[in-house]
Amino acid sequence: MTASEIRALFAVASRPEVVSLAGGMPHLAALPLESLSAEVADVVATEGLVALQYGSAHGVPELREQICDVMALEGIKAHPDDVVVTVGSQMGLDMVTRIFCDPGDVVLAEGPSYVGALGSFAAYQAQVVHVGMDADGLMPDALREAVASVERSGRRIKFLYTIPNFHNPAGVTLAVQRRAEVLEICRTHGILVVEDNPYGLLGFDGVTYPALRATDPDNVVYLGSFSKTFAAGLRVGWVLAPHAVREKLVLAAESATLCPPTLNQLIVSRYLTTHDWKGQIKTYREAYRERRDAAISALEQHMPLGSTWNKPNGGFYVWVTVPEGIDTKAMLPRAITQRVAYASGTGFYADGLGSRQLRISYCYPTPERIREGVRRLANVIKDEIELHETFGPTVGRAVSGPHSPSPDTA
Amino acid sequence: MSNRWVAVLSGGLSHEREVSLRSGRRLSAALRSVGLVVEEWDADGNLLTRLKEHRPDAVVVALHGGEGENGSVQTILELMNVPFVGTDSRACRRAWDKPTAKGELARAGLVTPDWAVLPHATFRELGAQPVLDAMVEKLGLPLMLKPDQGGSALGAQVVRDAADLPTAMVGCLAYGNTVLAERFVEGVEVAVAVVDGPNGPYALPPVEIVPENGVYDYTARYTAGLTDFHAPARLDEKAAQAVGELAVSAHRLLGLRDVSRTDAIVAPDGTVNFLEVNVSPGLTETSLLPMAVEAAGQSLGDIYADLIERAVTR
Repeated sequence: MTASEIRALFAVASRPEVVSLAGGMPHLAALPLESLSAEVADVVATEGLVALQYGSAHGVPELREQICDVMALEGIKAHPDDVVVTVGSQMGLDMVTRIFCDPGDVVLAEGPSYVGALGSFAAYQAQVVHVGMDADGLMPDALREAVASVERSGRRIKFLYTIPNFHNPAGVTLAVQRRAEVLEICRTHGILVVEDNPYGLLGFDGVTYPALRATDPDNVVYLGSFSKTFAAGLRVGWVLAPHAVREKLVLAAESATLCPPTLNQLIVSRYLTTHDWKGQIKTYREAYRERRDAAISALEQHMPLGSTWNKPNGGFYVWVTVPEGIDTKAMLPRAITQRVAYASGTGFYADGLGSRQLRISYCYPTPERIREGVRRLANVIKDEIELHETFGPTVGRAVSGPHSPSPDTA
Repeated sequence: MSNRWVAVLSGGLSHEREVSLRSGRRLSAALRSVGLVVEEWDADGNLLTRLKEHRPDAVVVALHGGEGENGSVQTILELMNVPFVGTDSRACRRAWDKPTAKGELARAGLVTPDWAVLPHATFRELGAQPVLDAMVEKLGLPLMLKPDQGGSALGAQVVRDAADLPTAMVGCLAYGNTVLAERFVEGVEVAVAVVDGPNGPYALPPVEIVPENGVYDYTARYTAGLTDFHAPARLDEKAAQAVGELAVSAHRLLGLRDVSRTDAIVAPDGTVNFLEVNVSPGLTETSLLPMAVEAAGQSLGDIYADLIERAVTR
């Protein structure tokens, strides 16, 4: 791991003077902390000897049953035995990569893709081949081409990693009519699908899309998470996998952590039993929709000509393309000087693309702050345009180390 | 052992916040280890209130970049009559602005690589290419580009090919409006810390910097293992003495106080070139001042505890 000039700049994001549109921290202010603390106290009081003890690497059985109820909202019929509880879905992703990938194996992923996934793939020396997206998500034709191209090169594709709903960072959703086609392409070529779905229940129009896993239980490994629907700090996620894979996952999990934190699992389980968790998700959805609206209206009002963006129907992120010639990574110090932070696009690609893109996160700041942040960002871009008019077209400078903010960035 | 209680200021809103927080933590631990009572304060909107309410015996400025080095925070401390470790506000202003410091020292006869300073506006108004061409013609290649203010090598780049200049300019000008272009001098890169003692300022052993990829940029500075350091530097006695004298001269001529760090290059012919001076040297695990302190057989806590006594009693 090398120290990163880019990442160091995010240190100011936590200061109140700075509007951070960089991080991905959920809006926890919406949680009912008082009733929650009473339940947590009761978990320790009544189940403490279990909660504070080792558990199985598979996860607490009752929670695994409840997880199946959560997934049922997306049309998934699953058996609790096929669920493995993990320390956030990030651990699930790490273990799936560890189990499937040898150095040099290919993982297909949308371009751009979730930076944490790219980090896991890099850690196991898997090669990422990006597949293009449009407003309807992953493009089936681009997927066919990518598969053919990798196969021609003689390399092995281990899986397609996809975030079908309210994509991070692109904000788009895989159109329902494309889902069967994507699954069919993968099945035909013997490519496993790893479906990462942390945002699926956070659709602003009340629409919950059917999970890929719902129609293809044998060829999809599903990653789920309570980080966005409940509490990220508890680090409780899960993997739903076909039986044979699940066995390997349990063993891998055992060797990695012995077991996921029992107390945290019991807290999630108790929360699901005693709280209106569906109502809570609705509250989150409404908070995020209001923030999305603030971001989009501010973008429409302030952004200079030549900038484009999508309007996400759920999730946390807007993916912005800035006027040609601007390198969003090189622009970041200017943004910090003007008290706004964003994540530059290159961190979301394994192949150096993304220099003209940036990700705006609207999940954490208030709508008012989001509007102010976008206004500042627009000014930063205008100043940068002026610089480019002076010096003409430039090529992005290579900067080592991670380009994306750490998970605790505001 | 001193029983003073001090506030260590770190963080702030500059591009170097991260480095400063690390400096502040390390310095605080060092001061606690020699018996001082230490609070770590961020330099934020509560600074004035905290100073008024808590009245520390002294403040140590471990801020890097921006207001912590350009004299602003020092001015506030002076206005509030709070003793602090470090250079006063007026000298900070001189030293912080790299071209000003170079100009003053050159006038006093110190050697510093030839340079040119231009704001973005000049490039815009006269056309970038002719100005860049003139710069290359005068200063040659490779060329060192830096923001005129700021540290940690943020935005600094060595440009070896004129075709890379526009990109480097854009990268550099993202950190500020004015760029300092300097003739690049090959040689042994050293950093020399200077500390005020009872008999005046003295130099600690020079630290030699050998970055793995040849350039001591941000990554090379703060990634353990990416740069080889030699403390003391592998210089002959004459050169070692010359770099020490250069650093002490810079400290005196710029009116610096308590502690400073001068970065210099010893050219193959033995000429010592002044590059820049820091009024608030980095104190992180991979920073140069702590290495120099260790090479001198001293401890960071003792040195700063002495400086705190000087600040309180002056």
